[in-house]
Amino acid sequence: MTVWDLLAGAPFWVAVLRMATPLIFGTLGVLLCERAGVLNLGIEGLMVAGAFAGWLAVHAGWPLWAGVAVAAAVGAAFGLLHALLTVVLALSQHVAGLGLTMLATALAYFGYRVAFPKVDTPPTITPFAAMDWLPIPVLNQQTPMTLLALLLVPLVGWALYRTPAGLALRMAGESPQAVQSQGISVLRVRSTAIVLGSALMGVAGAFLTLSAFNAFFFNMVNGRGWVCVALVVFAGWRPGKALAGALLFGFFDALQLRLQQSHSAGTDETLALPYQVYLMLPYLLSIAALVVASRRASAPQALMKPFIPGER
Amino acid sequence: MRLERRSHTGPAVVLRAAAVATAGVLAIAALLVAAAGAPVGRTFVLLLQGAFGSVFAASETLTRAIPLMFTSLAATVAFRARLYNIGAEGQLYAGAMAAVAMSTAVGAWPPLLAWPAMLGAGALAGAALLLGPALMKHWAGVDEVVSTLLLNFIVLLAVGALLDGPMKDPAAMGWPQSVALPAELELPKLIAQTRVHAGLLLALACAGVLWALLKFSTLGFDIRALGANARAAAFAGVPVGRTVVLVALLSGGLAGLGGAVEVAGRTGYVTLDMSPGYGTTGIVVAMLAALHPLAAVAASVGVAGVLVGADSMSRAIGVPTYLADVLVACALLAVLVAAMLSRWRLRFTTAGAA
Repeated sequence: MTVWDLLAGAPFWVAVLRMATPLIFGTLGVLLCERAGVLNLGIEGLMVAGAFAGWLAVHAGWPLWAGVAVAAAVGAAFGLLHALLTVVLALSQHVAGLGLTMLATALAYFGYRVAFPKVDTPPTITPFAAMDWLPIPVLNQQTPMTLLALLLVPLVGWALYRTPAGLALRMAGESPQAVQSQGISVLRVRSTAIVLGSALMGVAGAFLTLSAFNAFFFNMVNGRGWVCVALVVFAGWRPGKALAGALLFGFFDALQLRLQQSHSAGTDETLALPYQVYLMLPYLLSIAALVVASRRASAPQALMKPFIPGER
Repeated sequence: MRLERRSHTGPAVVLRAAAVATAGVLAIAALLVAAAGAPVGRTFVLLLQGAFGSVFAASETLTRAIPLMFTSLAATVAFRARLYNIGAEGQLYAGAMAAVAMSTAVGAWPPLLAWPAMLGAGALAGAALLLGPALMKHWAGVDEVVSTLLLNFIVLLAVGALLDGPMKDPAAMGWPQSVALPAELELPKLIAQTRVHAGLLLALACAGVLWALLKFSTLGFDIRALGANARAAAFAGVPVGRTVVLVALLSGGLAGLGGAVEVAGRTGYVTLDMSPGYGTTGIVVAMLAALHPLAAVAASVGVAGVLVGADSMSRAIGVPTYLADVLVACALLAVLVAAMLSRWRLRFTTAGAA
């Protein structure tokens, strides 16, 4: 089977969209935070915590959508902590975000081991089913969470560019002084943006346990959070381009998976590379995207600049 | 709520902040232990005993502290210049692989030549790995946090590929582990019957040299100037590009050396679980030590004690060992908050005034 046969088949594109879904949630979350001027490197840990909390709720007998809500709430709670650290206390956004990732990951792993001390095979749940009733090919093989992710893109775009709240949010990321001079609290705008963005990061994690798989594994997020941070730079901090970026990475993620499979099945001698090389592709591309995108810097002007009223 | 600068930071303020931070971390840990259904006091006692309660426990803690010293020094020098190197984990693995590869090449040399060659190869590999992100930051404005984070995954996959392929130990019964270091190149043990090895002396020496370099040398001044205010440093004639490159070489080199020392002193070969996150933990250690090289040595021992103690406590009483990771993460956040609040005051304003 050649690469071209692969690209012609619908199953491949189904995989692309599935791989892209957590990245769509994640990049939108990062985008909301960064548009308000705050880097949130907590995303990797928030995805772990969201994946665990959402899955745990469903495992305890709650409905699937309640699991998604729990993941969003957990993400929002950690987001509130990030807002307290970076907005109220004006700490280094790099270090606070890394600390948040470590804390959220450690708490999720600790919680998993407390809840399931002696299990070797992870307990499973019944995840979201595909939307067979939809008359749209490819999309009808996805779960409702993918539909939610796709609908969120125009919603976030509209909120950012067409509402007063969105204007205040973008202004807080460009010129917090201007926000303050309008009588709007920078603290409130930035905190709200972080909490909302962090909720999306929690949902991004929940997609992994409630939709893509049916169980919680250690290391299941595996750098997807960091990829989202890179994707937002690649997307020039715009929701539409963020969707395009997520789909592009879903494409390469699905491609590496197929290449790896056809390689391990021994069907194609020309692809005789170690499977790790394929796994590297998404990370290498993220770095390449960073380099390309950073050339035309359109980052929010006040990104990573804490705002302390009365200080210059 | 708003921040107000304190007119001066007295020792009373610092002590109070440190006490509140410690109490806060301990309270969170106590809550988690209680949630896990274990007796809180006994858990803490077991953790302390597991870390420092016997000669064996203390020697295990010291052994675990050695790689942390290297990665925390790597973070210290980089963060001082505001080069946020989060890639120490990858640099450590690269250093370990390079050291093993070099050791098979120089195994026949006299040890006095072979050791520097092996450790140097490790340091060089780590340094080379950070050079890319540092140059991308300087020339293209690429955020080094994200690029070094992503590089960690790439390096680990590359190490995995090497362990499956060219560097696989054929005698390892199919386990993915590298060929072993020649026995004569293993670092000598410092204390008989324990695993504490001569890498400890090397780590202490590195800490001392780094302290002197930061405090007394021109490069150290440039690094501190760059960290304090990059634009002002550039105006004042600090060679920014050169300093960034040198810092990257130093930081990556220290992390790579840490990997080489770990493989030569403790493991003898490279596996994919050689480092339980020494790279990220090193960052926490450096922050706990307020980016001071000598304090980083002490903080390494403290944090290693928490990790080793939690392992032993978990075996005895069944509280998940991830308690240590929660403690370490909380300590990082608490120390950041405490440092901030000893320089600033949080004032609660009436609604609308902020």
